[in-house]
Amino acid sequence: MSMTSYERVKAARSGDRPTGLDYIHGMFTDFLELHGDRRFADDRAVVGGIARLNGRPVTVIAIEKGHTVRDRMARNFGMPHPEGYRKALRLMQQAEKFHRPVVCLVDTSGAYCGIGAEERGQGQAIAENLTAMSGLKTPILSILIGEGGSGGALALAVADRVWMLENAVYSVISPEGCASILWKDANRAEEAAHCLKLTAKDALSMGIVEQVISETDLGTPVFFETLSHRVCCELERLSEETTERLLSKRYQRFRTIGQM
Amino acid sequence: MQLPQFLKPKNELEAGGRQSVPVHRDENEMTKQCPNCRRAIPLSLLWSQANTCPCGYHFRMNARQRINFLTDEGSFLEFDRELVGTDPLDFPGYGEKLETTRNSSGEIEAVLCGTARIQGQPCCLFVMDPYFMMGSMGWAVGEKITRLFEYAIRERLPVVGCTVSGGARMQEGLVSLMQMAKTSAAVQRHSEAGLFYLVVLTDPTTGGVMASFAMDGDVILAEPGATIGFAGARVIEQTVRKKLPQGFQKAEFLLEHGFVDAVVPRKEQRETISMLLKFHEGGDAL
Repeated sequence: MSMTSYERVKAARSGDRPTGLDYIHGMFTDFLELHGDRRFADDRAVVGGIARLNGRPVTVIAIEKGHTVRDRMARNFGMPHPEGYRKALRLMQQAEKFHRPVVCLVDTSGAYCGIGAEERGQGQAIAENLTAMSGLKTPILSILIGEGGSGGALALAVADRVWMLENAVYSVISPEGCASILWKDANRAEEAAHCLKLTAKDALSMGIVEQVISETDLGTPVFFETLSHRVCCELERLSEETTERLLSKRYQRFRTIGQM
Repeated sequence: MQLPQFLKPKNELEAGGRQSVPVHRDENEMTKQCPNCRRAIPLSLLWSQANTCPCGYHFRMNARQRINFLTDEGSFLEFDRELVGTDPLDFPGYGEKLETTRNSSGEIEAVLCGTARIQGQPCCLFVMDPYFMMGSMGWAVGEKITRLFEYAIRERLPVVGCTVSGGARMQEGLVSLMQMAKTSAAVQRHSEAGLFYLVVLTDPTTGGVMASFAMDGDVILAEPGATIGFAGARVIEQTVRKKLPQGFQKAEFLLEHGFVDAVVPRKEQRETISMLLKFHEGGDAL
């Protein structure tokens, strides 16, 4: 039970974990994938579409790492390009128009660091998601199911509720990156992981997530059914709020984190 | 000579250098080598030209210098100067690092916020400081910027922001990451209220700051040659294992790719900013 922070980092990165699409198929019915950002391309690291949750239409967006080698390569190992974030934004704005709640499933080591990504405005794409999500007039629930890598994860997690799997991690920088910047030694990642307080328990105690999801039976039908039920109940509660109250609470949620 | 004193401005010229006063050339005067033209530039000349080399190279500027340079004399009224954050992760060495930085820079945090006039135009202003942990954003930086936007909404004022940052302050972990969401939400509200937000990107603006409020401006200006990007060049080179194209992530590169409105040399900035502020006057009346 008492895993070290770095053991959890390894667990979160493990290829054996259920990925975004496993959650989509396990928790929702009638999933219909919608492709493309209408600007440049379809980023396969981000999967999105409309589905039903207990009969009710919702928009679901997931970062997908893939399982097989070929699939993982096609999905760029779950590292989205700007077009992935722009596709997500397009689907969220569509959800807003039709009053559908949004569920985001986040699992990425980070937004992709590449030449094309910079040329097409990786930072701008993330920035736009942050502002748009903070004002989106429909409930948003984000679940960190594996890796929550910095801005690339936050770009799908400016939500009314943020939940986190027991062995998921959420961090401003990878432990390796932190160790190499701070101590010029990427081999001290284990130490850095500890210092960064990136586990679900840490995030809960800092008020960054509301719930930690137990990984008992992870990936089984029972697991998805239970999670699906919890999400459904939460969305119902959030849907009862007036838009004004929903947005004001969302603002306060991030406004008060870290406050003394 | 003690380091803190050495780094503090010694005279009005160094602190702001608004007018190009004729300066006595002293044979023994200290010089700074320009990385562009390789000439040794006397400091007095540099300061009288707002830290730009005659060849056009823009040296970095600390926040105070920039405020003195940009704003009308005596118009800057600073907010939340004393505001400091905690060490939420109890991160090894962070407390000491903050203390030495505070001593050497003479500032308390990596951003200065307040109200000011730029060629007579009133605005809220934030200026980040490259000499304070490379303008990294922790709780206090996020909080000061958020409060400034909230004040601007109440007073119906435009916001001008000069960014310089290595990104989120990793010593504050997730709390620093959340500042991206917090500041973005404040910018969004300011924008919803129909108010004008102008960004001046300066060297370097990267990481979590570039991926949040630095890219949210209604108009985004950049200083010539400034490095602006999400990921660091070294990280990208390691990831793609390719040589990066010439001028990659420079202000001119972003202009070419459509991510900034204009590249404006420092000496023209006051004029351009005040003109833009004037264009957006009376948005209020709506």
